[in-house]
Amino acid sequence: MPEGLKINKGAQEAVRELLCSLLESGRVNGVLALGRTRGANGGVAYSLFTDSDAFVADGAALPFLPFMPANAGGLLSRLTLKGSLAGPVAAVVKPCELRAFIELVKRSQGSLDNLLLISSTCGGVYPLDVGANGGLEERLPRYWEAVKQGEVDSDVRPVCRACVHFVPENADITVALVGEEDLDTQCTLFLDTEKGAAFVKGLEGLQGTSLSGELETEPIQRSHSQRAAYREELFAGVEVGMQELIRTFGRCIGCHACKTVCPICYCSLCYFDSQDCEYLPEIYESELERKGGLRLPPNTVFFQLGRLAHVSVSCVGCGMCTDVCPADIPVSTIFSKVGTSVQALFDYQPGKDVTEEIPLMTFEEEELAQVAT
Amino acid sequence: MEEQEFTPKIVGFLCNWCAYTAADTAGVSRLQMPPSVMVVRVMCSGRVDPLFVLSAFLRGGDGVLVAGCWPGQCHYQKGNFHARRRAAMLKSIFETLGLEMGDRFRLSWVSASEAPRFAEVAKGFTEEVKQLGPSPIWDEVFL
Repeated sequence: MPEGLKINKGAQEAVRELLCSLLESGRVNGVLALGRTRGANGGVAYSLFTDSDAFVADGAALPFLPFMPANAGGLLSRLTLKGSLAGPVAAVVKPCELRAFIELVKRSQGSLDNLLLISSTCGGVYPLDVGANGGLEERLPRYWEAVKQGEVDSDVRPVCRACVHFVPENADITVALVGEEDLDTQCTLFLDTEKGAAFVKGLEGLQGTSLSGELETEPIQRSHSQRAAYREELFAGVEVGMQELIRTFGRCIGCHACKTVCPICYCSLCYFDSQDCEYLPEIYESELERKGGLRLPPNTVFFQLGRLAHVSVSCVGCGMCTDVCPADIPVSTIFSKVGTSVQALFDYQPGKDVTEEIPLMTFEEEELAQVAT
Repeated sequence: MEEQEFTPKIVGFLCNWCAYTAADTAGVSRLQMPPSVMVVRVMCSGRVDPLFVLSAFLRGGDGVLVAGCWPGQCHYQKGNFHARRRAAMLKSIFETLGLEMGDRFRLSWVSASEAPRFAEVAKGFTEEVKQLGPSPIWDEVFL
């Protein structure tokens, strides 16, 4: 049974204080968390805090704000791309961001060393435009009310409402949020790894009573089945068939923003941005001659199908791609749907186990006999 | 004018060490084969990036054939095992998105000495694709 701590403070407050104590005691050199940037027009962004005063000032740190300005998995990869950090850094991330980071570590794009990973059961996040247009604050009371009941607010992103992996894997410390009715006054956190326990043990300023309990409570199971049902519904709504795909992806303006924000798309030069995708005039001409027309910029369906072929096996369904799409293509819904089937084929769950190989990088001699004919 | 019989355009990615040699031998031995498979020689079936297959389909190919060495006989030990996983993944993607490309895609094992088998594969697959008719995206503008 996992060991944990109960702190007599609201969950956000307690975690903020825990991080503050970690910083003050020098147990971590920095904290990566969502924070409000300084200035009158301060927005919310992932920030690396090294100063505990700045961390608590005016509620600058917002560890569990239901908002994802970038996938923190990609940011952690960026911090540790050239090697592990010199000193320990704590990071408060969402379960999907953690999974994305694990997938990147598997691809040698980051290191887990010197990171204290703190995550929580997740009630989803609001779309970027809600946050950008100031709609976040007014929705917060509603959001937390829903989280307490183990429900998902109807305004959060569809792919979050359909997420069945909202309990984090591989976190050192897991904060229970979903279905915790008393999260305004009580904080329950689980120390999932020895690393997590070591960081917290004997920490000055931390007053909590130890507990041992299960993270998978009844409300979590209920939420899981609700979200699974919505997932079916959402996936069933994806229009399939070539004509439908052309209609959906035909709106693509070729900005490649989905690729840019995708944590799994880590190539520094994407094939679709490379010279290989620039056609010679002869090719344009021959296409024109044959078809009597050509959609410009070309390669919309090719780009999306190609990206599916490259990342669907590791797609964690974080939803960033839909958030940034200027043409309102439900990219993440399609990617989640395809990802689910490809991952089921290889019995693989991205971000679950850092030692498990990516299915396309390994094989078994006796398998898939029906594929080759 | 009499309507011409439909001859599918099939892009064949053939492994240099086996299927390509088999195709070559089949030609030299004058085995009967339809002229539908356009051969792209690759060094290994594991060299075939899924993008090659997608590109072949989206540029109007009626079918795509990837042929490599039998499992356990890869010149590079394991390239064909990777090819098999990729093929399975591609088929899964096509199926989930309701694309008939899954039926127009084939992975076959043909060793260097199996020229008659290559002719069989080429004939059989051509027939299958013929039944499916021309690719519906042949003259599609939005790709």
